[in-house]
Amino acid sequence: MTEWLGLPALASAHGGQIDSLIGWTHVFMLILFVGWGGFFAYALIRFRGSRHPVANYTGVKSNTSKYSEIGVAVVEAILLFAFSIPIWAARVDHVPPESEALVVQVTGEQFAWNVHYAGPDRKFGRTDIKLIDLQSNPLGLDRSDPAAKDDVTTLNQLYLPVNKPIIVRLRSKDMIHSFGVPEFRVKQDAVPGLTIPIWFVPNVTTAEMRIRTGNPEFQYEIACAQLCGLGHYRMRGFVTVQTAEEFQKWMDAEEEKLKGESDVFK
Amino acid sequence: MTEPAAVAAPKPHIAHEVPHEALGFWRKYVFSTDHKVIGIQYAITGLLFLLFGFSLMMLMRWQLAYPGAALPLLGRLLGEARMPGGTMLPEFYNELGAMHGTIMVFLGVVPLAVGGFGNFVVPLQIGAQDMAFPRLNMASYWSFFLGGVTMLASFLVPGGAAQGGWTSYTPLSVLAGTGQTMWLIGMIFLITSSLLGAINFITTIIQLRAKGLTFLRFPFFVWTQFVTAFLLLLAFPPLEAAAVMQLMDRVAGTSFFLPSGLVVSGQVVAVAGGGNPLLWQHLFWFLAHPEVYVLILPGMGIVAEIIANNTRKPLWGYRSMVYSLVFLGFMSFIVWAHHMFMTGMGTAMAAFFQTTTMIISIPSVVILTALIISLWGGSIRFNTPMLFAVAFLPMFGIGGLTGLPLGLNVADIPLHDTYYVIAHFHYVVAPGTIFALFAGIYYWFPKATGRKMNETLGKIHFFGSLVCMNVVFMPMFLMGLAGVSRRLFDGGASYAFAQPVLHLNVVSSWGAWTLAIFQIPFIFNFFWSIWKGEQTDGNPWQATTIEWAAPSPPPHGNFPVAPEAYRGPYEYSVPGAAKDFLPQYEA
Repeated sequence: MTEWLGLPALASAHGGQIDSLIGWTHVFMLILFVGWGGFFAYALIRFRGSRHPVANYTGVKSNTSKYSEIGVAVVEAILLFAFSIPIWAARVDHVPPESEALVVQVTGEQFAWNVHYAGPDRKFGRTDIKLIDLQSNPLGLDRSDPAAKDDVTTLNQLYLPVNKPIIVRLRSKDMIHSFGVPEFRVKQDAVPGLTIPIWFVPNVTTAEMRIRTGNPEFQYEIACAQLCGLGHYRMRGFVTVQTAEEFQKWMDAEEEKLKGESDVFK
Repeated sequence: MTEPAAVAAPKPHIAHEVPHEALGFWRKYVFSTDHKVIGIQYAITGLLFLLFGFSLMMLMRWQLAYPGAALPLLGRLLGEARMPGGTMLPEFYNELGAMHGTIMVFLGVVPLAVGGFGNFVVPLQIGAQDMAFPRLNMASYWSFFLGGVTMLASFLVPGGAAQGGWTSYTPLSVLAGTGQTMWLIGMIFLITSSLLGAINFITTIIQLRAKGLTFLRFPFFVWTQFVTAFLLLLAFPPLEAAAVMQLMDRVAGTSFFLPSGLVVSGQVVAVAGGGNPLLWQHLFWFLAHPEVYVLILPGMGIVAEIIANNTRKPLWGYRSMVYSLVFLGFMSFIVWAHHMFMTGMGTAMAAFFQTTTMIISIPSVVILTALIISLWGGSIRFNTPMLFAVAFLPMFGIGGLTGLPLGLNVADIPLHDTYYVIAHFHYVVAPGTIFALFAGIYYWFPKATGRKMNETLGKIHFFGSLVCMNVVFMPMFLMGLAGVSRRLFDGGASYAFAQPVLHLNVVSSWGAWTLAIFQIPFIFNFFWSIWKGEQTDGNPWQATTIEWAAPSPPPHGNFPVAPEAYRGPYEYSVPGAAKDFLPQYEA
């Protein structure tokens, strides 16, 4: 029922609820607009000076408008208490346990998204701003920390397994950025100094979305939604949603690369 | 003009009784303390800033419609630092964006609506000779003027004007170039100006009312200015403090809004740290949400005056409108964080601010409904002020209704910071408030000059603007629903998901440029009518409120005899009366 709104294709488990709320809200808005607009247009024509030369001092006597105002309040209360507040609570309070989810740290900076996976030990390695190097170590990851040895980092490429809860811990190094993925119905500001978790379940793989949209080059995009400087418009990342097997294969390959690199250092 | 029948006890300092020395040119027209001159100064300065702010947007619309294309002629004139070879730089685009918003809100609409209409009309409508504090009034204008000059000058400093949006979110704004310092200093002048004005309005409205003008006999416009003045008085000081704090962060090494551990381009930023960027947002929106009502309420007031006058009947539900207005004023202080739903808000805070946001929609609905119902049973005259005033209703309606999905924070997730938001608030302010302001200019022009503006040119201006406004802003709803973020230098061209709606950028842009063409009849009409417009008497619209008791244009001191109010503001078409209007000021 929300196709007429022209929202982007939907690819997350919770997104349907958001779309319905947007859809029903727009239906409600349309009803009000047509109701008010109809009365308005009719009154303008019916009571134009040439047709109605003497105005009526009292005007409308009925209290119908009072009922319509109460109606508006009731519908708004329903939208609010039955939908918006509980759905929001599910987004921010009922975060699944980390043991059942994939936890990823995403750190915004001018003008890129740094993605950080904990690796097989499920522990994020220590980071330190003194170790930051724009080219080789944008996150300042301390590879001497045992927990950091298996940490995988990527730039602007977020790989996710399908149908698994994803917890993104959002951070920022410099400005306020906003992590928005239109197809996931996800948006959250990344505020420097804070780590803000968001969670979602992507439920359509990139490959399947390519078939659905008929676009062989389809990719999920991370769009920065908060003005963060002159390159804000090109602060664009990509999300690749894969099956669990494909994702594991990718992760294994990244781990192999890491081992290769540490061998070189030895 | 009609003679007030009862002999009013003259106020001790009534103007024509105390001979005052003739004022020279500078004191009469430039450094004037007369509320009418100051009102006109505010109005003209505000209109010029509206035109300037609109021009900035027209430049942006070029880049949005044709990203990266060189702008013929004008592009090269703007110089290598802004548009090398005629092609816009993203830095310049961000300057234009930040300054368009700042100028339209703080230097255009508010000065025109409050400084202009408030100053010129309110003392006349309440039967006063002037504002309570004429010198404060002059100080308010000149403080505003200095703020405006500072903002304009900021384009010329190295690195250009502020680039952090009209919201100036930290840390971006703190770490930006000199233009941001100018922006903050400019804001401090503008806020000071508003505070001086607000105190003056409140005192004037309470103390200088004509005899018999009780609060519930106020024209609705006076009520809107009264509530607006309280909003300005109570909401601006936190932003003034915040602007000083941000200035200190920039120039004195404090870190009110800067957290520890900032790393920009791989370099650790040498600041004390320990601050919080969200604190700025709270302080900013604590002003800026009431500011939305500062933008809209005077417009509603103007529309109410003109609808009553041109339907030739009283406003329907005047009392409920007044109570709603006051309630709206109170509520506007506790909705601010709905601008911050995506900053990481818990359920309790989100529930609170959503609930207050839904509650504040109700008084707006009551006022809008009352204005629409007021049309019923009227004998409607469609002159230019009335056309702009009635068009305000559906346009503001669209703006208000589309606030609903943005106010429900779950629906806001995909829509936040997209073009949907841009379309929403522009419907409120552009075809909403600005139409109301145009209506007010056409309506009170005869009072200010003694001449009417030309109706044919007025109608060309109206219909052209109505169509163009919708062509500009309606497509933005579709772009926003498709997920296109605001404030993108290339209008979304980088993103694959934006491709299906990108052509709408071209539609909006052409709408904007055509809109500019339809302002030419207005500009011509405005100046032509000052000297050549049809001459009118004191009350050309057969109106009932007290400003029409004064001669047009009103002399210094406004009224030959202090007026009294004998009845409510909108006694039109009273059954059994000899004529279809009974002015407030006639016994």
